[in-house]
Amino acid sequence: MSVTALWWAVIFSGFYHGLNPGMGWPLAVSAALMDRKTSALPKALGALAFGHFLAMTAILLPFSLMITLVEWEVEIRIAAGCIVIALGVYLLINRRHPRFLARVKPSRLALWSFLAAMAHGAGLMLVPIFLGICLIDDLEAGHQAAGELMTGNVGTAFLVSLAHTASMTLVGGIVATVIYFWLGLKFLSKTWFNLDVVWALSLVAVGAFGIWSALAGH
Amino acid sequence: MNVRPDPTFHPSPKLAMEAAPENYGFTIMLSPDGSQSDGIAVVDLNPKSSTYGEIVHQVIVPYKGDEFHHFGWNACSSALSPLAGHAFLERRYLIVPGIRSSRIYIIDVKDPLKAEIHKIIEPEEVFEKTGYSRPHTIHCGPEGIYVSTLGGGGEDGTDGPPGIFIMDCETFEILGKYEMDRGAQDKHYDFWWNLPQDYMVSSEWGLPPQYENGIVPEDLLSNKYGHSIHFWDLRKRKNIQTIDFGENYQMALEIRPAHDPSKSYGFCGVVVDTTNLQGAIFTWWRGDDGTWQSKKTITIDPVPADADDLPELLKGFGACPPLVTDIDLSLDDKYLYVACWGLGEMHQYDVSDPMNPVLAGKVELGGIVKDTKHPNGKDFAYGPQMVEVSRDGKRVYWTNSLYSTWDDQFYPDDEGGQMVMATVGENGGLTLDENFYVDFPKGYRAHQIRLEGGDCSTDSFCYPSA
Repeated sequence: MSVTALWWAVIFSGFYHGLNPGMGWPLAVSAALMDRKTSALPKALGALAFGHFLAMTAILLPFSLMITLVEWEVEIRIAAGCIVIALGVYLLINRRHPRFLARVKPSRLALWSFLAAMAHGAGLMLVPIFLGICLIDDLEAGHQAAGELMTGNVGTAFLVSLAHTASMTLVGGIVATVIYFWLGLKFLSKTWFNLDVVWALSLVAVGAFGIWSALAGH
Repeated sequence: MNVRPDPTFHPSPKLAMEAAPENYGFTIMLSPDGSQSDGIAVVDLNPKSSTYGEIVHQVIVPYKGDEFHHFGWNACSSALSPLAGHAFLERRYLIVPGIRSSRIYIIDVKDPLKAEIHKIIEPEEVFEKTGYSRPHTIHCGPEGIYVSTLGGGGEDGTDGPPGIFIMDCETFEILGKYEMDRGAQDKHYDFWWNLPQDYMVSSEWGLPPQYENGIVPEDLLSNKYGHSIHFWDLRKRKNIQTIDFGENYQMALEIRPAHDPSKSYGFCGVVVDTTNLQGAIFTWWRGDDGTWQSKKTITIDPVPADADDLPELLKGFGACPPLVTDIDLSLDDKYLYVACWGLGEMHQYDVSDPMNPVLAGKVELGGIVKDTKHPNGKDFAYGPQMVEVSRDGKRVYWTNSLYSTWDDQFYPDDEGGQMVMATVGENGGLTLDENFYVDFPKGYRAHQIRLEGGDCSTDSFCYPSA
């Protein structure tokens, strides 16, 4: 798997999260309608993006530090894959919407976005891809000191989170804008598909990919 | 769980108004003396059907003495909340509490003609998990199904204040009390909210000893029934402000917020002003400084009457009070319907300007003194009471019973359950439909009505109509 392909995977996962109403685009539509101000739409998207970005980095950063332990690389990648699969299986079995999200005030969009991403494993979905990128980067960098590897990986974590969040916001923003300006609210309920099972299966697939690539030495 | 949102969920009130009209109504059948089991009548509301205006199915429960009153759905348009992210519940179950027994029935109405009991929650479970009793109003919201109660703990429901509890909207498991800080709230009746603006409003009737065996005249004359409404931070579960209308405004009952969630006002009906027997409607709204305000915007006068025409309870007053017992607001927030159960009148107010309602239509039917007959020539027992408006705002349905023991006090000579319908004119106005008259089976009275696919007092919308 080439590094370009992995970066595309980061961007596509962003598109995917952006399309999912569960990651917040309906909130951007509702904000603009409630405030009767178009400017509320990009503002809401910004808050949602910020929360999502934080959730991504909160998950990726610990892994970026761990993976510098190069001798444990395969084990860490397998463990990460297993965690992602486990969450996918858990979401398949437990289809309940996490109730604590209902306690978040509608005005706290960034907090909501952060918690929604955490609860659904949006960050975890990126871990196997991220670890793949780190590894290729590290191999290309040759035998550097652990400290330098770590700095490089932390930088990659931020870049991956940023690229993913940007692509998510782009797609979510497009959907929200099209509904707000042209299609109208009727399409909000029409375009809303239940992605719960697809989402859980995505986690399983990404986790399996992580384990496979670790074992295959890619 | 569906793959797509339930087609009866609508983002805005406007879209709900444009949706297909109702084909069925569900109406409470209650046995006032508990001699029969209560039930739900399924009424055919499709004018093209051969059984239009008839009870086409009944769900009769196995217990007696539940006393059904209000009920609601397991899910409504609130499932489309942008914060929920999971809009895939089905509007399928009616949650029907017994306000005397505290038993709760979950009725599956997926196929209205084969509606059946899905689950029964025994009173002990309600008591144990909530400390409340006598469940009443149902609304579906962010944390599940919210149920208001009229009683606290103990035999007579006075051990602790009544409040709201939450039920899971899929398993119907009772999760527990809603309130974290109830402030001055010590009585309960109705509640509703504005989900995006994150506030809730609740009202007060009286404690169980004040209503279960009939109205207590001494309590009414000494202004001991509820006269306040409470504003809550919905998600913090905290009472943020209590507005006291004044102690003479006895029984502040139905809360009707504007359906459009970008608006911050609503209405509350008061049964009787003990200083002059008037009925009253208060408009409440959020002021510029963020605090809640209220103002009396509608008064309905009592009508002088001979003591001979009045029941024992009212003989001393020489007048018939309007008794505003239910109100309902059309989905476009344009017309407020006000049931004057004592007078025997249904009023329609144009509330386009919520601070200056204008009477736009009126129907006379039943009543303590007037006892007006239906245009089809038949009697109408008691007066217009529980009122429900179709989503498109064109049809207004109502029934006649208030509450078993109170019916008997105000209308000692009447008996029976009826459901009627009036049509709304292009520019307002209200006309009874001569051909729609549902007479309930002998021994049953009729109370709240729910319309298939939602109505004007069930669905909470998360997006403005604009």
